[in-house]
Amino acid sequence: MMKRRTFLAGATALAAPLPLRAQSDPLKVGFLYQAPRDDKGWTERHELARVELQEHFGDRISTTFVENISEGPDAERVIRQLAQQGHELIFTTSFSFMNPTVKVARQFPNVRFENCTGYQRAGNLATYAARYYEGRHAMGTLAGLMTETNTIGYVASFPIPGVLRGVNAAYLAARKVNPDVRMRVIWINTWFDPGKEADAATALIQQGADMIMQHVNSPAPIRVAEENGVSAFGNAIDMSEFGPTATLTSMVFDWAPYYVQRVQDVLDGTWGSGDTWAGFGPGMVTLAPLNDRVPADVRAKVEAEIATLSGGGAHPFAGPLNRQDGSLWMAEGATPTDEELFGMDFYVEGIDGSLPT
Amino acid sequence: MDLLAEILFTLTIASTPLVYAAIGELVVERAGVLNLGVEGMMIVGAIGGFAAAFTSGSFAAGILGGILAGATLALLFGIITQLFLANQVVTGLALTIFGLGISALIGRSFTGQSLETFPRLDIPVLSDIEFLGRVLFQQDILVYGSILLTAAVWWTMSRSRVGLIIRAVGEDHEAAHALGFAVIPIRLAVLAFGGACAGLGGAYLSLVQTPIWVEDMTAGRGWIALAIVVFAAWRPWRALLGAYLFGGFTIIQLHAQAFGVNIPPQYLSMIPYIVTILVLVALSTDAARRHLRPPACLGKTFFTAR
Repeated sequence: MMKRRTFLAGATALAAPLPLRAQSDPLKVGFLYQAPRDDKGWTERHELARVELQEHFGDRISTTFVENISEGPDAERVIRQLAQQGHELIFTTSFSFMNPTVKVARQFPNVRFENCTGYQRAGNLATYAARYYEGRHAMGTLAGLMTETNTIGYVASFPIPGVLRGVNAAYLAARKVNPDVRMRVIWINTWFDPGKEADAATALIQQGADMIMQHVNSPAPIRVAEENGVSAFGNAIDMSEFGPTATLTSMVFDWAPYYVQRVQDVLDGTWGSGDTWAGFGPGMVTLAPLNDRVPADVRAKVEAEIATLSGGGAHPFAGPLNRQDGSLWMAEGATPTDEELFGMDFYVEGIDGSLPT
Repeated sequence: MDLLAEILFTLTIASTPLVYAAIGELVVERAGVLNLGVEGMMIVGAIGGFAAAFTSGSFAAGILGGILAGATLALLFGIITQLFLANQVVTGLALTIFGLGISALIGRSFTGQSLETFPRLDIPVLSDIEFLGRVLFQQDILVYGSILLTAAVWWTMSRSRVGLIIRAVGEDHEAAHALGFAVIPIRLAVLAFGGACAGLGGAYLSLVQTPIWVEDMTAGRGWIALAIVVFAAWRPWRALLGAYLFGGFTIIQLHAQAFGVNIPPQYLSMIPYIVTILVLVALSTDAARRHLRPPACLGKTFFTAR
């Protein structure tokens, strides 16, 4: 029995197209959130996109969400429940849901699953994520032009490729517009500890940074920047309410266009599995409105940079590019493949300090 | 020199919540009660303080809110363990889980709000002294409060009759009961004090250090406070030292990184914990056991025929 089911699941995943759906009932779309839907962060962006999705399709679809689900057995149970309730498309919006999604997807070959930021796929399980480094590249341009002390501080979480791409992309952009710029990075080894994030931002300011970038999740660094009269960049949502003067802009994710597209695909019967890694182009990554303090010429340069990135014109990591130790990573005229970007585990040449290993 | 002053200044801010929480727990443990719910009491203190300050617009109300929230949760622990005689370890762990949950619930409407900057002291002459002025005379009142609290607890525990009674209850509650001391009311009062301190420590995070409210913002500081109490061998001044050691290593490590010093930050983060383990080992030697041991009735339930 087990064998037959596994075989069937495998066969469906590999070869047979997913069944066409009856057109009469509204399509049921499920969402799984790791945090409360109004978390002022990651999950809120998905919730806003869900609302927009529902408005876009009206009574042709019905959306459901389950919020504040911790990783582990709970997640698997909830995903299975959504599948059993007749949801035909289920978005699991966190990396921590990857393994449970894989498991449930195997048991429900007729349901389509989408996991955000995961890397495991199947015939009925797609993945999607945003190219954060494009947003950070544009913010780096802004920081490089705005800094007066020529020092950018970066509060970083863990030295993993996803975070390192952001540090490197921001530095390269800043150096391009300001050759004297320096980048100081503090790794706090946690995604979330507002006290430590504030302390790290304070330390960077005390060492001369007047631009504070962050790849951690709380608005504490913004508050510290506001108190000390320096500038800061928000992460994941528009954080300007925490520092109306300090916040130059924030990187914001907009998942709505992607969700609309994927639901349309299901309705049209053209949905297929795959990996989507999108940046400014389709509007998955955006920058919040720039602060009024940003002068017009700087604004124009940042907008031009975003336009270039949207069009896929210049790659932030185009060669020639050396690692910090001077060894060649990307030759002149070459651009890295996505695989190479996934493996970025070094500082680029010019960043001070050593990377914790 | 300026940078050093700035580092010492930030170090104080990072250490102060730990001082409050550790001193409170120290007194509780001296009375023979093991309340592992420090993290829970800190987090309700953080939201209690933030909510009170945000709604009233006054920092004094915020401080009071933090104190009351922490003390309330501690009294809940007291009722469960002292009146209903539940196991203290299990109740303490449950208290932390409960505290994290209820603070998140109350905090929903306060997520994304922020407060004004907490006022710092500015003494006309003293604050202007180079170096020392910045480190010693420009802090906020809660920093001075934490040091006064340490002194007061030290004096009370070692020099006063109240301290003697608390210690008696913690060393041998049967004997204290036989002498006519009301063990359970004394422990409830001490628990409330400990909860108030933990709540104030949490409120310091949400009112001064960050100053915002976000879920789970204490991020394990309650557990560090518990470690500090052991590290300090139940002595108030050593607890202060321990808190500054923990806070200090965190801050120095951040600065070392920004300077580009070539030490993996993980090593520096480890040091306070290694020191705590070493102290625990030292405490277990025979010589140390005679004067550095935990209160004899720590964590034991007091029964009495009523």
